[in-house]
Amino acid sequence: MMGMTMAEKIIACAAGVENAKAGDIHTVELDRLMSNDGTTHLTIDMYNNNLKNPHIKDVDKLVWIIDHNIPSDSPKTAASHKKMRDFAKENGIKFYEGEGVCHQVMMENHVCPGELIFGADSHTCAYGALGAFGTGVGCTDYLYAMVTGTSWLLVPETIRFNLTGKLPEGVYARDLILTIIGTIGANGANYKAMEFAGEGLHNLTMSDRISICNLCVEAGAKTALMEVDDVAMEYLREHGREPKAVFTSDVDAVFAQIVDIDLTEIQPIVAKPHFVDNVVPAKECLGIKIDEAFLGSCNNGRIEDLRVGAAIIKGKKVSPEVRFLVVPASRKVYSEALSEGLLDIFIDAGAIVMNPNCSVCWGSCQGVIGENEVLISTGTRNFKGRAGHRDSYVYLASAATVTASAVKGEITTADML
Amino acid sequence: MGKIFRFHTDVDTDQIIASQYLLFPTIDEMKEHTFESLDTDFAKSVQPGDFVVACENFGCGSSREQAPAVLKALGIKAVIAKSFARIFYRNAINIGLPVIVCKDLYDSVKANDEMELNLESGLIESNGKTFTCTKLPAKMQSILNDGGLIASLNKEV
Repeated sequence: MMGMTMAEKIIACAAGVENAKAGDIHTVELDRLMSNDGTTHLTIDMYNNNLKNPHIKDVDKLVWIIDHNIPSDSPKTAASHKKMRDFAKENGIKFYEGEGVCHQVMMENHVCPGELIFGADSHTCAYGALGAFGTGVGCTDYLYAMVTGTSWLLVPETIRFNLTGKLPEGVYARDLILTIIGTIGANGANYKAMEFAGEGLHNLTMSDRISICNLCVEAGAKTALMEVDDVAMEYLREHGREPKAVFTSDVDAVFAQIVDIDLTEIQPIVAKPHFVDNVVPAKECLGIKIDEAFLGSCNNGRIEDLRVGAAIIKGKKVSPEVRFLVVPASRKVYSEALSEGLLDIFIDAGAIVMNPNCSVCWGSCQGVIGENEVLISTGTRNFKGRAGHRDSYVYLASAATVTASAVKGEITTADML
Repeated sequence: MGKIFRFHTDVDTDQIIASQYLLFPTIDEMKEHTFESLDTDFAKSVQPGDFVVACENFGCGSSREQAPAVLKALGIKAVIAKSFARIFYRNAINIGLPVIVCKDLYDSVKANDEMELNLESGLIESNGKTFTCTKLPAKMQSILNDGGLIASLNKEV
C-alpha cells in the first residue's frame, strides 16, 4: 500500500476510510465551520428562504465572526450585521464581534491539529500552521455543511516544501511566502495542498507559520499544511487545547512536486500591483512614493509583527505625507501591545491605531484609498481596486518594510532608514 | 446566440464584484457593480443569455460567492475559460451557473462576437467554428443538473 500525505490522511480520517489518495472524491465530516460578515447574511437568507428542511446538524461546530466591516460603516452593513447577530443568538452559535480578524480568532481559540475545517473565507488555509486542513468555501457549500455536517472533497495533490536553515536578520515569513508565490505563480498550486516540513520549519515561530499558510491561497492552494512540532504543541498547550490527531506524510507518500528552500537565501520582497505573484526584491522598489501604509491583517497583525514595527519606528515620526494605519489582528494582540507599550510608540510616532478588524486589507471599511493613491501593506492582496479606487496601487511587504516606508514616505527597507 | 464579453488571465473576484458592495443586503443590489473596475458599462450592456469568456485562472482570490452570483443574476448563461480558480469554480456550480473549461475558444474569439453553447453535448459554436468543452467531473455535473447544491440538498432531506 502506497504511503499517504498529510492532506490524504486528514481527509481519510474525516471520511472514516483507511485510505485516501489524490484524485479521489470523499464525503467528509467537518470538524469546524467558520463564517464571517463577508457572506453570512446571504447564508442566512438561503437558510430561511431556500431550504426545504432548515436545521443545523451540530451547532457546536459553528463559529461566526464579525471582522470585515467592524464597526459598521453604513446602514446597509449594520442591517447585515444585525441579521447575523440575531441569527447567531437565536440558534446558539458561537459568536465573536470586534474580537479580531476571523483567522486570528480561530487560531487563538479553536483550531486543533488534524481537524478538517471549512471557512467561508479564502484565507482559511492559515489553519495549516497547526496541522489542520482548512479550506475556503462559498456560502452555499457552507450552508450545506451547516445542515448536514458533511461535504464532499476532491483529495488534492501535494506540493511539498522542504525548508532548511534560518531566515536572515531583517527577513521575515512574509518575504519567504512572497518568494514562493512569485516562483510558482498565482495558480501554481491551484487545487493542490502546499505542505511545509524540514528542519527549517522548527526555526519558524507560530506567527511566521500562520503568515506563510495564510497566503498559500494566493498561489491557488486548496489548503496549506505544516508538520506539528514542539513549537506548535507549545502554542496549543498555552491556549489550552489538545490535538484531534497529529499526522505527518509517510516517507513513501506521493508528491506532485518537491521543492527545497534554503531559508538563509531569502531576502526582503515586495509584491507590486496588481498581483501577489508579481514579486521583486524590495530594493527594486526603493523610492516609490506612498500615501498610506498598513500594518495589520490576518497575515501580519500579530504581536510579533507589531514588535517589529515598533522597534523600527521608536523615536521616529511617520512621514507627514503618509497615513500609517496600525491594526492589531485581535483584541488579545491589542491588549498585549498596549501592555508592552507598543501602541504608545506607534501613537507617539503619529500612526493611526485602530480596532482589530480586516481594515484596508479588504478595502471596504477603513483607510480606503483614492484615485492614483499608493498603499504599502501587510495585507493579503494587491488586486486592482482591492483597497479602494479602481485606479489605485497596492504593494505588499513585511511589517518591517511597511513600517520603514511609512517613516520615509516612500518604499524603503528597514536597513536603509 | 449570446454576445461574448472577453476578459484576460487572472481575473480576480475583487474585479468581478468589489468588497465595498458585498455587504449590500441582496445580490440584486450588488449586480449593477459587476466588473466595475474593468468595464464600467458591463452591467448596463450585458443581456440575459450572454457569455463571459476568459483566459487562465478565472475567479482567483476570495471565496465570495457574490462573484458567480452577480454574473448569474445578470443572466450570464455560462463562463467559459481556459482554467478556473478552485473556489470560484465550485461556488459557480453550487449556485447553478455553468462554468466551462474550453482550451481553444478564448484565442479564437473577440469581444462582442456571438456564440452558442449546447450544455448537453458540450459543444460551442462561434464564427462558424465548433469548439469542444472539457467535461465536468460527474459529481459536479449532477449538482449542476439538479440546479445547484441547495436543490440537491432539498432532494436529500
